[in-house]
Amino acid sequence: MEVGNYLYLAMILFAIGATTVMLRRSAIIAFMGVELMLNAANLAFVTFARIHGDLSGQVIAFFVMVVAAAEVVVGLAIIVAIFRTRKSASVDDVNLLKG
Amino acid sequence: MTPLIAAAPQFVQPEIWWTWLAPYLLVLGAAVVGVLVEAFVAPRARRSTQLTLALVALLGAAGWNVWLWVDQFAPTEFKAIALVNGSLMVSYFTLALQTVILVVAALALLVVADRSRGADDFAPTAAAIPGSDYEELARTKGLQQTEIYPLFLFAVGGMMLFPAAGNLLTMFIALEILSLPLYVMSGMARHRRLLSQEASLKYFLLGAFSSAFFLMGMALVYGYAGTINLWAITNGHALQVPEALVGGRPLLVMGVVMLLVGVLFKVGAVPFHQWTPDVYQGAPTSITGFMAACTKAAAFGAVIRIVVWFAPFIGLDLHEEIQVTIVIVAIASMLLGSVLGVVQHDVKRLLAYSSIAHAGFVLVAVAGVLPYDGQTFVFPMNSAVIFYLLAYGLATVGAFAVVRLVRESQGRGADAVTLGEATHLSQWAGLGRRSPFLAVAFSVFLLSFAGIPLTAGFIGKFTAFKVAVDGGLWWLAVLAVLCSAIAVFFYVRIIVLMFFVDPAADDTEPEPAREVVAVGALGATSDAPVGTPLAGEPEAGVGLRLSDELRRTSGGVTVLKGSVGSRVAIAVAMVGTLLLGVLPGPVLDLLEKTVNFLP
Repeated sequence: MEVGNYLYLAMILFAIGATTVMLRRSAIIAFMGVELMLNAANLAFVTFARIHGDLSGQVIAFFVMVVAAAEVVVGLAIIVAIFRTRKSASVDDVNLLKG
Repeated sequence: MTPLIAAAPQFVQPEIWWTWLAPYLLVLGAAVVGVLVEAFVAPRARRSTQLTLALVALLGAAGWNVWLWVDQFAPTEFKAIALVNGSLMVSYFTLALQTVILVVAALALLVVADRSRGADDFAPTAAAIPGSDYEELARTKGLQQTEIYPLFLFAVGGMMLFPAAGNLLTMFIALEILSLPLYVMSGMARHRRLLSQEASLKYFLLGAFSSAFFLMGMALVYGYAGTINLWAITNGHALQVPEALVGGRPLLVMGVVMLLVGVLFKVGAVPFHQWTPDVYQGAPTSITGFMAACTKAAAFGAVIRIVVWFAPFIGLDLHEEIQVTIVIVAIASMLLGSVLGVVQHDVKRLLAYSSIAHAGFVLVAVAGVLPYDGQTFVFPMNSAVIFYLLAYGLATVGAFAVVRLVRESQGRGADAVTLGEATHLSQWAGLGRRSPFLAVAFSVFLLSFAGIPLTAGFIGKFTAFKVAVDGGLWWLAVLAVLCSAIAVFFYVRIIVLMFFVDPAADDTEPEPAREVVAVGALGATSDAPVGTPLAGEPEAGVGLRLSDELRRTSGGVTVLKGSVGSRVAIAVAMVGTLLLGVLPGPVLDLLEKTVNFLP
């Protein structure tokens, strides 16, 4: 199987993730879209590492996993805080700031 | 058969130069110690310990950077020094920008630490539901959230790493280190907590979205070049494009543009600006000042890194694509920031749109980057950008420090209740009579934003636009001057309001802002009756209970005196702004060194 196909897959996953962030209402789902985008980038990194025969792409993938975990900690804390206040995690409901 | 181990690449131990790493270790180390302080120091002593630790770390790192420049770097003929196997690449540009960030952050820290009238900008405990009994209990017990100081230091550490990054991975990690604490800090406001949490959520979701773009851009560039080391990419050392990627130039262009999307989001440039007004308005004001000044400086460091390392892409000139991208973003930012700033009625939102416009003005200088002519790597934009960011940073920290002192209040005399910031412009009328020092300081900052001569902002704009003209983009400079002229309108309007308009009498009702009504509607869902008087000290506006009713019935505006620290910060920012405007020569001469940038 050609290695390039993994790149197409990565691009498709990235596009799905980006669409999710922009279209879904729930903050949690939107956040999952971001995670999908990060993992798509990981797939691209690993594929390129394989193509180049270079290890740094794989190392980056590990770094990204750690960063994503840290981001989940912060993100979920914020989403939970706002959910407890408003009993809703919909991004359409957070509309007090405008002007 | 050869043993596998022989075929494996040899591990080369990287050489660590501790002297050069000391500033980062100092700031990030102090942040880690700050976390321990939270666990082991008695609550009463925590705040002073944290504040001392943070100030020592920031000023120590700034001093260390100056020493590195004067004593270690200047005597050598190096133009850049690679640390930790090239993960960090320190140049004069890096040192200068880091020092600017550290100094401005130290000023911002003084404002963050302001506890005049017994309350800082932060919720007694951010975990409590706004308007809940738990929050009320925390307030009456006088809890403080001193975790803000370690978070602040972590953010500053990330900001220092950002313009020092020697490879893309370091840059990504720095981006996250600076962003994650900022997301948390913007959700911790003491007053109007719903707005603050909303700001935090918006900032987080959009920030995470943009860092995903940055990461994908990084992957594409890595896929093209086979390395993430900026030095190697620029010199084409690793440009053995594998056959699978032949025709990969679009890949590279897209990668670089996506990298730029990631950092331009942090800068707050159009079309990645949507978070800026909301987050600036909702976040605690002292944090807004810090975020506006320092994040912008750090992110522009990264923008310049990317532009400088990729624009003269040897053997594959990317100059045109990058320049076109930057020019489009610069025009959009200047126009949108200046035009929408005119129609704002909220001081914090107005400063947010002003910051968008300023991002555009800095990008005008960045767009003046010249193509690689085959021999020299000289980037005149570097010194212009650093000077602009210093001028903007001083004025921003000062301006937000003033904004947080002008408060809404109800009642008179000893019973007066101080609420959140009086951000509606009509509430600023007559400030010049009530508090001349703050009004004069705020006017100086606004004039500096507007770019009026004898302030730092003028020199900043002049040098920035000059770079664009030298780069052949005179029409862009003309457009920038026109946009500044539009922006002057709303800055001067505030000055007129402060000095030449009488304040509304205390019994008149200020027009209720829309968000207040919304807060009231939401407040009804909590079981506490809206507007019940609080027991204990006359301090209110924590959470939901009093944030709406009082504001609608009161025309009162109090001006807090502010702690010594925050007055010192305002004074230093004002003197700095004027001094840089009158005598910019020495600083500009010093920054002259940063234009030499050897990849």
